Amino acid sequence: MISDAPARQQTSDTAESAAAPSRLSRYARPVLGLLLPVTLALGWELVVWSGWSNGRLVPPPSRIFATITELARSGELVRHITATLWRVSLGFAFGVVAGTLLGAISGYWSLARRLLDPTVQALRAIPSLAWVPLFILWLGIFETSKIALIAVGVFFPVYLGVMGAILSVDRKIVEVGRTFRLSGFAMIRRILLPAVLPAYVVSLRVGLGLGWMFVVAAELIGASEGLGYLLLDGQQLGKPAQILAAIVIFAILGKLTDWLIEIASAPFLRWQDAFSRAKGA
Amino acid sequence: MLALDRVSKTYPNGVEALARFSAEIRQGEIIAIIGGSGCGKSTLLRAIAGLDRASSGTVTLDSEAIASPHAKIGIIFQEPRLLPWLSVADNIGFGLADLPATERRAKVARALERVGLADKAQAWPRELSGGQAQRVAIARALVPQPEVLLLDEPFSALDAFTRRDLQDHLLDLWADTRPTLILVTHDVDEAVVLADRVLVMRPRPGRLFDHIEINLGRPRDRNSPLFETFKRSVLTSLDRSLDRNVPDRDATQGPGQAMWW
Ligand SMILES: Nc1ncnc2c1ncn2[C@@H]1O[C@H](COP(=O)(O)OP(=O)(O)O)[C@@H](O)[C@H]1O
Ligand SMILES: [Mg+2]
Repeated sequence: MISDAPARQQTSDTAESAAAPSRLSRYARPVLGLLLPVTLALGWELVVWSGWSNGRLVPPPSRIFATITELARSGELVRHITATLWRVSLGFAFGVVAGTLLGAISGYWSLARRLLDPTVQALRAIPSLAWVPLFILWLGIFETSKIALIAVGVFFPVYLGVMGAILSVDRKIVEVGRTFRLSGFAMIRRILLPAVLPAYVVSLRVGLGLGWMFVVAAELIGASEGLGYLLLDGQQLGKPAQILAAIVIFAILGKLTDWLIEIASAPFLRWQDAFSRAKGA
Repeated sequence: MLALDRVSKTYPNGVEALARFSAEIRQGEIIAIIGGSGCGKSTLLRAIAGLDRASSGTVTLDSEAIASPHAKIGIIFQEPRLLPWLSVADNIGFGLADLPATERRAKVARALERVGLADKAQAWPRELSGGQAQRVAIARALVPQPEVLLLDEPFSALDAFTRRDLQDHLLDLWADTRPTLILVTHDVDEAVVLADRVLVMRPRPGRLFDHIEINLGRPRDRNSPLFETFKRSVLTSLDRSLDRNVPDRDATQGPGQAMWW
């Protein structure tokens, strides 16, 4: 069923229009990507259903799904998701603001870079989880220390991304701005910002990924709610289906928030999009 | 009138890229600057554009000293240097930000028409061929109507056919408002097709070696015997400029200068 859908499309498309290859790839690629996980899931479901394995340690998809619906019905799921989303959002926001500001300052003023960057790079060399005990001592074991940890995780890729992007702005294009006598502010708005944007979006996405990673760490360390707490609870009570349910929800939320950044930035990056489409075709 | 008075440039690393370059260029004149690589042609153009400051000497346009980019002076580089995030039309209108939108749009539309890219107005720069992109760069530089347009080997990255096409096109556009053109090239053909006067430079340090008036009417026939004669005299001068045994003419100093202009 899955594999013959693109095939059918191909035959009808080539008959109709010359745009066939691009349309084919637009629909066929996600379908092709789904093929492996869906096959594995269905296969495992079948193995457990037919009794070859009891699926106690590796529960089949149906049991994971049942766990999720059960959590949803009791209202637990919303509570855990809200707690985790809240922590990620706040940590991400703080990390992005700090990373963008310091990254922009270091990228724009070489004196600030010489003052600031060595310290930031030294701090970056510390594995971020090493901060946990200190944060707990300083900020308590409740929300503040968790959000601080997430913000630290988000900060570094954003800082590096912004600084690197500003430093690598094509000098030749800056010169075009100079020949049109752009003032400092106009130069930033009309040349630097658009030039930096693609790399900035990438660094936001990397930062968000790290934010999700660190929220798990933060919630594993001590929390009474959140998806990370669900993981820990599942481990301590021997409920693998609950662990896998939390993992699936992490995956969905991670993908969804990443997609939000992509969608929000797409209108500003259309000029790049045209390029990658042309290359892909 | 654009006056260059003993313009010199020594880079911080000690390279003497330009030494006492003097010339006076009438409004509307087309000058070609030719010379071996590394003889300071780009350095000279950047000093005139106000992108780099001369170490000594002055550049004056209509008795105004030029030390930073000036509204009356435009420049076109070897690469088109279009802003990839702006459409072709917005690239052409880049220097018109101070105008009201309707006026800007009208000027851009006329320029697009003039360079034959009206159908590409909404295209991205990445979708253009090299020749088209360079035409957009020419339109962008010309649309604010500069008095002086500097061109640093603008066609050297293009194939021979496109290059000829753009040379004719440039002349055509030049005829609209007759700005002063100063064109750096290493193509003798290009120099003789376009220029009223060819300045030959020699390296180490970069300096003026010779100037040759091209007394040919326009349009010029690339196959006429007279065209060949001028080409040969430019080539001869270029060869002599590269020969270390040939002493400098008194081109940059002395009373002889007055007779040349
Ligand atoms: N930014 C720079 N710093 C140091 N030396 C330079 C710089 N730009 C050019 N030069 C040197 O100055 C000389 C003239 O360069 P340039 O004006 O680019 O020559 P051309 O355009 O005639 O090839 C060369 O020897 C070159 O190496
Ligand atoms: Mg050069």
